[in-house]
Amino acid sequence: MNKIILIIQREYLSRVKKKSFLLTTFLVPLFFIGLYVGVFFLTKKSFEDSNALVYVLDKTDSVQQLLTNNKNITYAKSNQELQEQLKTIKEAGDKTNLLIIPEDFYTAKKIEFLSAGKPNINTQNEIEKQLEKILLNYEYGQLGIDGEQIKNIDPKVIVSAKEITDAGETKDSDTRIAMGIAMALSVLIYLSLFLYGAQVMRGIIEEKSNRIVEVIISSVKPFQLMMGKIIGIGLVGITQFILWIVLTFSLISIATTTLIDKEELKNQMVEQQQAQAGDLASDASFAMDIQSALNGVDIPELLICFFLFFLAGYMLYSAMFAAVGSAVDNETEANQFTMPITTPLLLAYVLSFGVLVNDPHGTIATWLSFIPFTSPIAMLVRIPFGVPTWQIILSFVVLVATFIVTTWAAARIYRVGILMYGKKASFKELIKWFNYKS
Amino acid sequence: MLDIRNIVKQYADHRALDDVSMFIPKGKIFGLLGPNGAGKTSLIRIINQITAPDSGSIFFDGEPLSPKHVERIGYLPEERGLYKKMQIGEQMIYLAQLKGLSKEESKQRLKYWFERLQIESWWDKKVEDLSKGMQQKVQFVATVLHEPDLIILDEPFSGFDPVNAQIIQEEILALNKKGATIIYSTHRMESVEALCDNIALIHKSRKILDGSVRDIKEAYRNQTYTISYDPLQAGDPIPQQEELYEIIKHEQGVEQNLTIRIQEGKSLNDVLLFLIPQVQVHQIFEIIPSMHDIFIDKVTLNN
Repeated sequence: MNKIILIIQREYLSRVKKKSFLLTTFLVPLFFIGLYVGVFFLTKKSFEDSNALVYVLDKTDSVQQLLTNNKNITYAKSNQELQEQLKTIKEAGDKTNLLIIPEDFYTAKKIEFLSAGKPNINTQNEIEKQLEKILLNYEYGQLGIDGEQIKNIDPKVIVSAKEITDAGETKDSDTRIAMGIAMALSVLIYLSLFLYGAQVMRGIIEEKSNRIVEVIISSVKPFQLMMGKIIGIGLVGITQFILWIVLTFSLISIATTTLIDKEELKNQMVEQQQAQAGDLASDASFAMDIQSALNGVDIPELLICFFLFFLAGYMLYSAMFAAVGSAVDNETEANQFTMPITTPLLLAYVLSFGVLVNDPHGTIATWLSFIPFTSPIAMLVRIPFGVPTWQIILSFVVLVATFIVTTWAAARIYRVGILMYGKKASFKELIKWFNYKS
Repeated sequence: MLDIRNIVKQYADHRALDDVSMFIPKGKIFGLLGPNGAGKTSLIRIINQITAPDSGSIFFDGEPLSPKHVERIGYLPEERGLYKKMQIGEQMIYLAQLKGLSKEESKQRLKYWFERLQIESWWDKKVEDLSKGMQQKVQFVATVLHEPDLIILDEPFSGFDPVNAQIIQEEILALNKKGATIIYSTHRMESVEALCDNIALIHKSRKILDGSVRDIKEAYRNQTYTISYDPLQAGDPIPQQEELYEIIKHEQGVEQNLTIRIQEGKSLNDVLLFLIPQVQVHQIFEIIPSMHDIFIDKVTLNN
């Protein structure tokens, strides 16, 4: 027993100490942080940049007084001749612009916007919105409709999807969010099962082609070596996940508090929303929806299930990868065996983007979430949509039972395979090895 | 030390070991000989409990061989191998720990060995940075670090230059002197006579010869001698006497070299009595068959 711990230790430390492990552990969260910070800065920047001065040359004499100043745009009446005005704008620099409203503005609906440099898109958008509103009110006036009354009519329907829980209560639920989480989980578990399973296989091929395996199994049982490797690499995977989660969350909170002045950003956003009146209100309420929907998903349950299904699925697949690794002399040769092994996994992965998320409680999805070779992906995809606990437990028990049987079978092939050099193995051969007396 | 009784190992389509028995005495160097594919490695793997025999039994110091004996055996496989990307020192400690040594203990012994073989500077190196010969040296240390009672060396000299082969040979003899029993598996006969006390010859899955090197050679003596002489007078014919001896070879060098096999019932003295009046005898030496000759003789005979 002591020896298997030694093996686990070596397998774990030799991988964790590798530069590539450290690199991926830190780079992946940094990538997400970079994305996060980048988006924040860009958003912030776009608000700041639009702090513009706009001279208005109003030939209708009625539009100017309807334009409203805000933090981003200040309007000023143009008092100079056109040529003079252009000169002053050119001298004043980037953030000064000239808005020419022609006499036939109400019918032609065209204006000219002149800037010293490249015109800022936010400024343009805002002017466009304000003018559209003015036009709209004008048209209402023409038709004899009170614009204020129209404003009060809000045809937006809010579909408040609630789910009836076992206790008979209702719970907020949002399918869009569940879908997003489900797909993310599917990608994550598919990639990690593949990644770490293949690492087990590669490790075994390395030991075999190095011939060190004979030295080791003169000290320990082949089963101990195989299990030590599988457990060691599994721990590497868990370490990586935990580090990713911890690093990402702590970096995000650091980034949010130090890099970005939250209050300011909030104020700007509020102003922006006010300036654009009702338009953004719906977006804001969508953000609220996300918040409440996330609250609807049971995050701890999801995390626990993720780790459990990852672990059991990993044990199942890595045992099969181990058997393959022991049977071949190099990785190219391994392909003929890994293909059939990984097909169910691939199937579940591909289906998870269609059938599984669209009909998470349908026949196909339910069956796939019970078949152990697909359940690590299929069940995790279903969980965000809410799965009865007994189903989760049953699926997990089936999975665990299967990996115990698979590990036992893999060990029987492994103990023979690692000593077979230069022999091209076939499936028939593997069965023969399996039947060897120990 | 090791009592091997009636071992049979059957693989799917061929029998690797067919009723093989042998006794390996304590404190001796035992040569396990045989051509390639004879079954040596299969037997060694069974002794190491890497594989199990189909039938037969092995006794280690009188007890049936069991996993607890693993720590008392050191094994250097023919196909050498170490983790390429692991540091030497770390790797040696790991291998010693797998043999039941504590970390501290293995560190100390490793220091001793590295100093002895003057390879201290290799401690932090990775295996892939060493030459093949250097790796072999390291692996030899790994084999004996836990001071096993039984050391199994499968072709230990392959890949060594003569200087390092000499160093390793001396280390093997030193370990043997300290009490370790050594199984030396090879198909190279030159080193067998220098090293081995006892041998067993395996051919085509069967043991075809065993015993002490001296007894075997004794058994293979066949009254063959080479006599160097000068004729009393130049041009004299080669002395012949069919009832006394049969001439195998005659060479004309600085002096005449005559190789003869003495007929049954006659002795060297009889031959000398016949020769001395006719020639000037300078020297006589017996042609004792080398292990090499015996090996070839036995193997071809059994083909």
